[in-house]
Amino acid sequence: METAPARPRQPVTPAGTATAIRTEGLRKVYRRGQDTLVALEGLDLTVAQGEFFGLLGTNGAGKSTTIGMLTTLVTPTAGRAWVSGHEVGADPVGVKSRIGVVPQANTLDRALTVLDNLAFRGRYFGMSAPAARRRALELLERLGLAGTAGAKAHQLSGGQARRVMIGRALMHVPEVLFLDEPTAGVDPRAREDLWQLIGDVHAAGQTVVLTTHHLDEAEALCRRLAVIDHGRLLACGTPESIKAAGGARSVITVRYDADSRAVEDAARRTPGGPHEIVVDGPTVQVRTTHPDGVLGHLVRAGGAAGLTVRDATTTPPSLRTAFLTLTGHDYPVSSTHLTLPTKRIVEVSQSAIT
Amino acid sequence: MYDLRVLSRNVPALLVQVGLQPLLFTFAFAYVMPGIGGGPGGTTSFPTFSTILLPGLMAGTLMLQSIMSVTGPLAAELGPGREIADRALAPLPLWALGLQKITSSAVFGLLSSLVVVPIVWLVHAPGAAPRAQVDNWPLLVVTLVLSALLASTLGLLLGTVIDASAFGALLGLLLAAATMLGCVYYPWAALDPLGWVQVLTLANPLVYMSEGLRANLTPAVGHMPTWAYLTALTTGTAALGHLTLRRFTRQVRT
Repeated sequence: METAPARPRQPVTPAGTATAIRTEGLRKVYRRGQDTLVALEGLDLTVAQGEFFGLLGTNGAGKSTTIGMLTTLVTPTAGRAWVSGHEVGADPVGVKSRIGVVPQANTLDRALTVLDNLAFRGRYFGMSAPAARRRALELLERLGLAGTAGAKAHQLSGGQARRVMIGRALMHVPEVLFLDEPTAGVDPRAREDLWQLIGDVHAAGQTVVLTTHHLDEAEALCRRLAVIDHGRLLACGTPESIKAAGGARSVITVRYDADSRAVEDAARRTPGGPHEIVVDGPTVQVRTTHPDGVLGHLVRAGGAAGLTVRDATTTPPSLRTAFLTLTGHDYPVSSTHLTLPTKRIVEVSQSAIT
Repeated sequence: MYDLRVLSRNVPALLVQVGLQPLLFTFAFAYVMPGIGGGPGGTTSFPTFSTILLPGLMAGTLMLQSIMSVTGPLAAELGPGREIADRALAPLPLWALGLQKITSSAVFGLLSSLVVVPIVWLVHAPGAAPRAQVDNWPLLVVTLVLSALLASTLGLLLGTVIDASAFGALLGLLLAAATMLGCVYYPWAALDPLGWVQVLTLANPLVYMSEGLRANLTPAVGHMPTWAYLTALTTGTAALGHLTLRRFTRQVRT
């Protein structure tokens, strides 16, 4: 069985930098009649100014709840949080005037032009009409959207709309920019453009907090990550340190044409071990820091037991394998779940090999 | 076929919805109006029916438009996209956001009620013109403003309390009930012979709006005393406003 990795209680901000976000025991419980759902369980986080910070987890892990509490729209059940030095519960207006938020859904006003969508936001934040217009045009230019200024918001493509929403969130020069699943529902090409844009915004000095359920997005963009699962913070640090916390293990999965118990003993004698072995029906999974030769051994062991290999995959150490080690369940990427009494393992489909 | 299936999904509610509207109409026009000796085709002498209708329709329109102009957009904003979250991120307290919604729909309701004036003034049978006079302009303005605020506060409350899916039907019924029992087509004082109806209508905010405008525009027609409608409008707006803004804040913040 896996050992739980040490959970950092007090993540440390890089020395000598000011704090943009701090949370202490932040907790949220939703009650609906008799049902209670613990969406977030005692979160302690610190994000420094100028950081690019990511909240990584599957749907329902507690990411949006966390963003909701930090942006004052969700009331914490317990705990406290500060954004730019203002406490979320005690001074919501102080927080709101210092943050920019890009929600998951397209909330542009469809009847207004792109320019007006931005300019109105500036007016909300106390800019004069000419100043708001100037700032909006300047941002659209910077986002490569100058040509769409006069277009109605409903004429934009998904990727363009997301860029405009980022522009809108930047209108009042926020101290912290929150992005909730910024590339959800966007085609791959537009997704890369958005990554470029968000990277540029951060490079210009903007503190960015992003939620994502895409491992590649988290790895490509975020300097520091918090891995959240079922409302709990499992790990916090650079992508590299999280991979290390996950034991940097490769996962080798072999599926035979019949019940794999016949090879279980042989699998436990895989050279380079001991490894963690999970056997379920026709599938054997080996999680190891020494992956060399494991696959060949499993194929030979199957042959010796009269089994034929139907499918075999090796997943190198990645955020995905780290996630598997940290949570005890694989990251769902269009995969089939096999339920075991103690934990779930997942048959890695051929297409998921990286 | 599909449409029938959709309709038949909720037969009892549909029947209530279909039946209640005619019931309210017959109650107002076939029971209340003859009971108080007025109504269309009733008295043609003073006060003319248009004189009764002028403040009544102004109040009715004001109430309807104030409520509709706040509930319509709100249902969309609280809906699946939760566009309200976007507005809620403006650097303002959430109650101020609710107050903005109340005031803007109050302005709209007030303007709509003014549209009624030329219509009632011009559309009538020969010799049946409304007879109106305004003795106290500031009081009229105060009455109109308070009425509009009360109506749009009510609209915001309904918008946050009623589930969006049940909204259309329920709002239609509520508005029909309010109009039929809201002293739009008859003055409150004329309800004397029907004591229980007279008492019942006191629960209807529209009564105070109609009667307030009646007192200011057509004082010759029997109307509620000024202290009564002003107290009702003021305390109603304050109490409902407090309740509504709290409710709205809770709805926006989860």
